[in-house]
Amino acid sequence: MTFPIIRTLDRGASIFLVLLAAFTIAVPVLNLLVPATSSLHVSTYLIALFGKYVCYALLALSIDLIWGYAGILSLGHGAFFALGGYAMGMYLMRQIGTRGVYADPIRPDFMVFLNWPELPVYWWGFQSFPYAMVMVFLAPGLLAFVFGWFAFRSRVTGVYLSIITQALTFALMLGFFRNNFGFGGNNGLTDFKDILGFNIQATGTRNALFVISCIALGLGFLICRFIVTSKFGKVLIAIRDAESRTRFLGYRVESYKLFVFTLSACMAGVAGALYVPQVGIINPGEFAPANSIEAVIWVAVGGRGTLTGAVLGALVVNYGKTYFTTGMLAPYWLFVLGGMFVLVTLFLPRGIIGTLQHGLQARKLRSAAAAAEAGADLEPDPALLTPAIAPARPTPASRPAPATRPAE
Amino acid sequence: MTERSTSAMLYLNGINVSFDGFRALNNLSFAIEPGEMRAIIGPNGAGKTTMMDVVTGKTRPDSGDAVFDGVHNLTKLDETEIAGLGIGRKFQKPTVFDFHTIEDNILLALKDDRSTRGTLFAKETAEASARITGILDIVRLKGVRDRLAGSLAHGQKQWLEIGMLLAQEPKLLLVDEPVAGMTDVETRQTAELLKEINRERTVVVVEHDMTFVRDLGVKVTCLHEGSVLAEGTIDDVSQNDRVVEVYLGR
Repeated sequence: MTFPIIRTLDRGASIFLVLLAAFTIAVPVLNLLVPATSSLHVSTYLIALFGKYVCYALLALSIDLIWGYAGILSLGHGAFFALGGYAMGMYLMRQIGTRGVYADPIRPDFMVFLNWPELPVYWWGFQSFPYAMVMVFLAPGLLAFVFGWFAFRSRVTGVYLSIITQALTFALMLGFFRNNFGFGGNNGLTDFKDILGFNIQATGTRNALFVISCIALGLGFLICRFIVTSKFGKVLIAIRDAESRTRFLGYRVESYKLFVFTLSACMAGVAGALYVPQVGIINPGEFAPANSIEAVIWVAVGGRGTLTGAVLGALVVNYGKTYFTTGMLAPYWLFVLGGMFVLVTLFLPRGIIGTLQHGLQARKLRSAAAAAEAGADLEPDPALLTPAIAPARPTPASRPAPATRPAE
Repeated sequence: MTERSTSAMLYLNGINVSFDGFRALNNLSFAIEPGEMRAIIGPNGAGKTTMMDVVTGKTRPDSGDAVFDGVHNLTKLDETEIAGLGIGRKFQKPTVFDFHTIEDNILLALKDDRSTRGTLFAKETAEASARITGILDIVRLKGVRDRLAGSLAHGQKQWLEIGMLLAQEPKLLLVDEPVAGMTDVETRQTAELLKEINRERTVVVVEHDMTFVRDLGVKVTCLHEGSVLAEGTIDDVSQNDRVVEVYLGR
């Protein structure tokens, strides 16, 4: 009997967590303790940048859970990310208080500007941090639950589901762009001052947010690992590969999909909530379909169905994006991104981590086969060498012995 | 407990199914007794697979009754519920989970808690492992239990799928063309395996291979254009003029 933790943490997962922990500790140490003159110093700008990457990695992880394991390709996961972000943004807006341009203690600036007499009901409670944190889970989770309940019950799958998710995020984007939707319209929510009383621009706060993001990524990873290594995870893969077969085995496929889709949306929401204080703004652009597609590309590049690959993909592609969009190469970034997707699809369909894992496995199998061959003269393993339907019971002599058939 | 309306394990009465005007099943009626093994034969398009679709909840009939175990009305239930009642199905094209090991394929089929919570916190038990070993023994795949199912040869996949059926511990097994693409030896072994399974369970086999059906030595139902054309022993059926005309050929 194996204790779940051992099952959850195989070698790859442990290496990942150790690397993540090292990163989580090293970056703030290099920022806070190493003098700015040293070449090892990590600037506060970089802290925020890395924090952003880590949030993207958590989003990628949430996509990999549903796409890589359950075969649900969501092209609208950015919507859940943005909803989590807006929930956090609303809290941060309420914290501004009288420090806004119009110095209204209750209403955010844009409401004063639009002549809204009072705070809309759905903004109530957001001055409370715990309430906002509940909404970070609830807003994306509830939307995913309702959406998934209808979609999975009606057995919408494959490309049709992808298109609907895309439409979902697009519709939300159009809604959030409108001023009368009550979320700051085009400009979104920005000009945040502090979070839980700490100045949001302060170096200490930035480091703390970075560390919390890393911890969230680590926890998200552990939850995903727990799920995919459980029997539940095996059912997910079964659904991915042969959905109707799984149904005929007596599994309620829609419940499995709904559970994992909702969980994934909550994870995306948390990623969005951590992202917003680090970049300092949330606007309807986050709902743009292209954002969601980009996140899917991260997962494809890193290797879907590997979890660690999703994280790696998010880091690699976003580092590339930062690199390419801050120089003279800026106009070509989208070509690079598109090219990367095409190349990965053509030459690395398993993604970076998937290819590595496959290579390792193949090598293990080869050496096992070589070992078997070397020992074959002495004691052939009948299981490996004969077709599996070698007689287990005595067969009548008249029947040709299956063992004489060529082994495949 | 509702009173049994029939003693039959599976009772089909006046089933009609049409697809865009094509009548796939036309007033189809027959009954399978508990513990029986029945072979269903018939030309392509006779409605054999559609009949299985109706029984397993994949297709809803336009009219008619399908009663399982005397009490369950199958026309009102979906695939998952029907599987839960104890009807297992093997598809015409072997359908196994290619990216799972052979062992995990059986594990997923084992009769057990199918709820999301149940599987999320399921523990590997020695008992389940023993059951898996027992089934792999029967379908002769014990030596390759750690291999991915996708790497199996066609015939072995057929056997794995039969093993998955066994693991479900169904009362009724529907087996669609189990020997398609098998060698003669494998075909004969499959017949033996099905006979063995039939000792405890009711089995319905759809098959084209007449040698195989003869090997089974059970009652045969011949379908044609969506209804029963003839029923009886293989010798009776194969001498029936209509069967010879539409199916066997002269």
